[in-house]
Amino acid sequence: MESPQERRIGPAAGPLVRPYALTGGRTRPQGIRLDLVTVLIATGAVSDEQARMSRHQRRLLELCRTPHTLADLTAEMNLPLGVVQVLLADLHRQGLVEEHREAPLAARPDPLLLKRVLDDLRAL
Amino acid sequence: MTSAPSDPRLADSTMATQNGQEATVGEQSNAHIALKILIAGGFGVGKTTLVGAISEVRPLRTEEQLTDASTGIDDLSGIDRKSTTTVAMDFGRITFPDGITLYLFGTPGQERFWFMWRDMVYGAIGAVVLADTRRLADSFSAIDFFEHRNTPFIVAVNCFDGAKRHPVDKIRKALDLAPETPVVMCDVRQRDSVKNVLTTLVQHALNTDTR
Repeated sequence: MESPQERRIGPAAGPLVRPYALTGGRTRPQGIRLDLVTVLIATGAVSDEQARMSRHQRRLLELCRTPHTLADLTAEMNLPLGVVQVLLADLHRQGLVEEHREAPLAARPDPLLLKRVLDDLRAL
Repeated sequence: MTSAPSDPRLADSTMATQNGQEATVGEQSNAHIALKILIAGGFGVGKTTLVGAISEVRPLRTEEQLTDASTGIDDLSGIDRKSTTTVAMDFGRITFPDGITLYLFGTPGQERFWFMWRDMVYGAIGAVVLADTRRLADSFSAIDFFEHRNTPFIVAVNCFDGAKRHPVDKIRKALDLAPETPVVMCDVRQRDSVKNVLTTLVQHALNTDTR
């Protein structure tokens, strides 16, 4: 897919392109469900589809060379959260990024982790 | 907690610590653990100030799908019925030397944003409901939301300049809080005060877990 032509009227205005034009009209990520604090990292793999990646996906992949959370990536890209989720899900499906997770996703963090955060906060 | 094998790709990575120093975190098996706390409260109650007092604030763009329910509230005359609007949300990040990063997400308080909260609250340490004594009713929907989902939360009362001080008991009663829910007075501009708010929440989350 060709990336849509962007025009800017100023740095504050952002690109004059409908956000979901960047995702080929898709509004829901396919496959992976990403939380705001899911840590993502590039796998270093090469995909056949890499040549057809959009500028935004290339940038995301570049950022993921060091671990980044979805929240960080969204702020960095200055794109809506939903758009970044869709773009990242594509990269994940192609095996280009993976989740970096220490513990299984749970409704609440492990108490041992909470104790560490408490100590960390007190030491601030 | 089980220790994961160290990842060679993380060996050289560095993360900026809160005061801008670079700390190598690759040696630790538990590097890059990201946790989140929600900061909920009505419009103008000081969520952004709170987050900014203890961390760098970054904007997060989300998109709100406008439904018929919200068209009655906002003046959207002349705008297509099915439309999206960008909601700017704030978040802050505190990076600790042991590889844990704590994210603070300021979430809009109104009930029409509940669809966002549902996703955000999963996996969270808990929530701070930031309240203003002049508009306590603004906190009701947030309190309801967290109570119904058994999310650990505390109420932090922002003591604005010149705002009349109220005894904690009175506030607790007005908000109809469970006896175990902590209520703390705070000044969201003060780092130590915000630190106290966050510490109280994490302690409360721990107590809730071990009860």
